[in-house]
Amino acid sequence: MDLSAINPVLLIASLMVAATPLLFAAIGELVVEKSGVLNLGVEGMMIIGAVAGFATAVETGSPMLGFVAAAGAGAALSVLFAILTQYAQANQVASGLSLTLFGLGMSALLGQSYVGIKPPQMLKIDLPLLSDLPVVGPILFGHDLMLYVAIAVIAAVWAVIKFTRIGLVLRAVGENHDAAHALGYKVVRIRIMAILFGGACAGLGGAYISLIRVPQWTEGMTAGIGWIALALVVFASWKPWRVLLGAYLFGGVTVVQLNLQAAGVAIPVEYLAMSPYLITILVLVILSADKSSAPAALGRNFHAAR
Amino acid sequence: MIRLEKRPQPSRAWSLATPLLAVLATMIAGGLLFAALGKDPVEAIRTIFWEPLFGEFSFYYRPQLLVKGAPLVLIAIGLSLGFKAGIWNIGAEGQYIMGALFGAGVGLAFYPFEAWYIFPLMVIAGGFGGWIWAMIPAFLKVRFGTNEILVSLMLVYVAEQFLASMSLGLLKNPEGRGFPGSRNLQQYDSAHNAELIAGSGMHWGVVAALIAVIFAYVLLNRHMVGYHIRLTGEAPRAARFAGVNPTRLILFCLGTSGMLAGLAGMFEVSGPSGQVSIDFNVGYGFTAIIVAFLGRLHPVGILLAGGLMALTYIGGDIAQSNLQLPSAAIQVFQGMLLFFLLAFDLLTNFRISLGKPEVS
Repeated sequence: MDLSAINPVLLIASLMVAATPLLFAAIGELVVEKSGVLNLGVEGMMIIGAVAGFATAVETGSPMLGFVAAAGAGAALSVLFAILTQYAQANQVASGLSLTLFGLGMSALLGQSYVGIKPPQMLKIDLPLLSDLPVVGPILFGHDLMLYVAIAVIAAVWAVIKFTRIGLVLRAVGENHDAAHALGYKVVRIRIMAILFGGACAGLGGAYISLIRVPQWTEGMTAGIGWIALALVVFASWKPWRVLLGAYLFGGVTVVQLNLQAAGVAIPVEYLAMSPYLITILVLVILSADKSSAPAALGRNFHAAR
Repeated sequence: MIRLEKRPQPSRAWSLATPLLAVLATMIAGGLLFAALGKDPVEAIRTIFWEPLFGEFSFYYRPQLLVKGAPLVLIAIGLSLGFKAGIWNIGAEGQYIMGALFGAGVGLAFYPFEAWYIFPLMVIAGGFGGWIWAMIPAFLKVRFGTNEILVSLMLVYVAEQFLASMSLGLLKNPEGRGFPGSRNLQQYDSAHNAELIAGSGMHWGVVAALIAVIFAYVLLNRHMVGYHIRLTGEAPRAARFAGVNPTRLILFCLGTSGMLAGLAGMFEVSGPSGQVSIDFNVGYGFTAIIVAFLGRLHPVGILLAGGLMALTYIGGDIAQSNLQLPSAAIQVFQGMLLFFLLAFDLLTNFRISLGKPEVS
């Protein structure tokens, strides 16, 4: 065992990379839940995004196009969820589960011919001088573009929810859909927009895993990150910046765990690999006492009687 | 203009018809999918649904129907109790693994001692393993109000890692020449869940599944607990006023479903699968969710749905070897089924009316 081999600067830099898929997926789901919809299909939308992004990037040679395709694929899958819950009035929990089961199967089918291929590399942002700074350079200025996009999305969602009329309407729909409907807001339309946004974000998160984090395509490669993202929204008590905090915390656990595996700590690999899931449970337990910040209409279907 | 009117009561006729409609729609959509993969859609559908039952080698495939259907029905019966009451255990896959590990662990502890009581002990241990794993989300929910969906699902990943650790470590076959995986329980008579009638596919797991169906039917229709479950699902507020104890209901529903999933895992590991190995679990715990919904959360429906889903598994295998249909295509097929089912459920709860709204 050699813990001195772990470089704290690289640790923090790779923690940010590990957290980014979670950031995307969780901020998307946060918006969905703010509108009063619980979409448990995050895992399915992520994995579809992962395979769509990977395939597109390999075929076109452009990772950026891959991310665009991933967002499109995630949103396309979320349309199915929107139809089921907003038009067919299906149970949201069951619909979300079906999305995940379908997504996992579909991605395995689509990804068959892409197993074992290396995707085109995403260029890292390289700012002369800044990127070369010791410590600060690799942590703040040495990443790929999408990592900064994820943080920008968080900032944007925070600003929109807090300061704009759209954010106010979104929250109104999520808190009390009957009142929002009475005020003349199109509840179903707003929720569908939110679901689509969530799907696109989950798709981006998935593609980040297959194109940058790993980078490779393997079946079921999201390995529960979509579900952790759902837990993260609870952890963040539906506040955007807390999503960032939570994601970095989980990213940290994952990276430290991987580093300990590599350093050959006396704990068996399997028990280290369990730790992110166990810590997710622990965090859920600690935070579930306070449910007051959850959108009041979360998980309830809306049907205008007239 | 198309409008939806909520039915005062769910339509019974539609409730029975929607699963059939969903299967039909899935066949059509699945056919299109298979055509897109360059396979003959009619041939593929025929291979999946006809070949295992009436094809040339049906004598081999029919017993498989019981072998694959039993764990699905067993798990789905348990899940349906919770789903009815709005308690979502979606970690049956983890409980299935833990049941298998506990059951196999007890069996292997006795090796090579032969006695009649070893198998019953394994059954108890298997049920206990699943129960205790489901009690974690149940306890956390009643004590801290933690979301049982997320906790039970997280525990699937934990159980998978635990399974890997066990098959590489504690339960590894000492005479296995270093290969991962436990001793084969099929070669250990006292622990072997053998076929009750040779060549029929009928093992103790099938018996347990049938008992579970009857038990669930009686519970839901003739027992107070079943009434409380239905009441909580349909009218939570009324249930509270009627004095239903939600804590006990959560513990009961999650515990029962965990126990049944654990039993399914135990019967699988000691019978058809034979050994604990890293890739022991094949997703029955998740497919059982589809089975539960396809069976309309009704015990008899689940029995039929389990048979149908087992058919798609076996037919999928045949299509894989005969038509080179990718195995993932069947997974998509099963996922589609749930989609269509949820979509068609609209017809059960709503009436679709055309034309202008009338003044009431």
